[in-house]
Amino acid sequence: MAKNELDTRFSEFGTVSFASVTRVNDFIGHLEAGKLTGTRCAKCAKIFFPPRAQCCECFSSEMEWFEVCGEGELVSFSTLQYAPTGFTEETPYTIALVDYKDYKVFGRIDGSIPPEELSVGMKLKAVPSRTSNGHLTYLFERSPAR
Amino acid sequence: MNKKIGIIGVGQSAFVRTYPGSIRELVFESFREAMQDAGLARTDIGATVVCSAPEYDKQRSPAGVIAEYLGLNPQPTFYAETLCSSSSTGLKLAYSLVASGLHDVVMVIGFQIMSQLTSAESQERMGRGADILWESPFGTMMPAYYAMHARAHMAKYGTTPEDLALIRVKAATYGQLNPLAVYRKPVTLEQFSDPASILGGPVAIPLRTGDCCANADGSSCLIVACEEKARAFSKKPVWIKGVGAASAPVNMAGRDRLTGLDVAEQAAAQAYRMAGITAADIDVAEVHDCFTIAELMAYENLGFAKPGEGRDLIGSKATYKEGSIPVNIDGGLLSKGHPIGATGGSQVRTIVLQLRGEAGPIQVKAPVFGLIHNIGGVGLYGNVTILGVD
Repeated sequence: MAKNELDTRFSEFGTVSFASVTRVNDFIGHLEAGKLTGTRCAKCAKIFFPPRAQCCECFSSEMEWFEVCGEGELVSFSTLQYAPTGFTEETPYTIALVDYKDYKVFGRIDGSIPPEELSVGMKLKAVPSRTSNGHLTYLFERSPAR
Repeated sequence: MNKKIGIIGVGQSAFVRTYPGSIRELVFESFREAMQDAGLARTDIGATVVCSAPEYDKQRSPAGVIAEYLGLNPQPTFYAETLCSSSSTGLKLAYSLVASGLHDVVMVIGFQIMSQLTSAESQERMGRGADILWESPFGTMMPAYYAMHARAHMAKYGTTPEDLALIRVKAATYGQLNPLAVYRKPVTLEQFSDPASILGGPVAIPLRTGDCCANADGSSCLIVACEEKARAFSKKPVWIKGVGAASAPVNMAGRDRLTGLDVAEQAAAQAYRMAGITAADIDVAEVHDCFTIAELMAYENLGFAKPGEGRDLIGSKATYKEGSIPVNIDGGLLSKGHPIGATGGSQVRTIVLQLRGEAGPIQVKAPVFGLIHNIGGVGLYGNVTILGVD
């Protein structure tokens, strides 16, 4: 990257990204490499997802990346039959909140799971993916049956 | 001991799908009603707080434009914003300006013109009232966030889509009586059960179109005064007994639960404590029913029902006019429509008219305390105001 060029990788996040520059743009690089990541404060160990560059607990800006792995529990979800400008061609799609215990993750559920098979409390796993327009995202997929 | 601060004038424009004019002209309509209600001259107003949510119309810094149009120069004016609860925040600021002794009389103006955008564009604006970095890129909108709350409530407590539909049926019962409401037709459960009907069509499952309030254009105006001025100007001042406000993480990932709104509980606890009363003392309430599930959660978060028992309250019609705790008997947002920045002021106006005994066909019998619950975003900002006759 040229010296005075802004790192605008965040514009690649989601179907429509409303921001292009953050201090956690490495999140995008990780997603591209197949990893969903959050940050952990190097000073006080507070965990953040979504990731952040500064710690409100101890005021440190030394952060370490960690990978979101394993499975979480579906807190709730909704399937949109109607969508805001920029997303209308993607309906229906399902947004959801998944609880990983130490943190929660907001995102979309894999559209190949039939909505009638979704239920609060089921196990899901966040997996890096691409949007219909080729941008980076992650999807909650069914955790392999154990 | 809190200082006595009164509301001496209230006004509201008709809430309509499309206002054929500009924001300043729309604001004038509620301003005129409030000024005539209070019997004030423009020079009696010490300051104005102007409230709306940004980006629905093109005017930047609307406070200056509106103050000029209303003839309120050179008095100070400024802008306050907490999305859908902007004018309740404005009321709290007006209370503070008067309580501090800086001003004797302060006007709170709320407005919104939403009709200059398409519905999908409005949803995009509202979606950006959430976390634009980490949520909006997934295609979020207000009905979907509240639908997630509805799903969580249903899973934990067994609440049903029919329980929610009953709230819309109640709203429509009273919307028919409100000449300022957008939606004035009756609504039946049968309409909800037909997915092919407009009201029964899915928007964000499990919420249907009938579970959602409509965008609207409208304005509201409140005039707040210190005790001396309130007694001098008004035969029936209504007193601000308690104000509470709270905030919560914007991203759903930061919330501990989706079965209720923490900000509403926290704001209510503050307001009840300040007023020295409990939920049982409230005679009439206006709650933020942007969606039916929002009213059901409000029952529980305000202490009108225990957690999970909101469905019993609507099921037994306890929140109808004749019930133990009448809620939104002006039709609520579901009937009136929801011109974001004007909504809180409209809710306050309804309670002021109730406490004065001037509420006409929806008047409840001799109310002493009324409550207003006004939420901004998806439980991002919570505001609870308690008014009393004494």
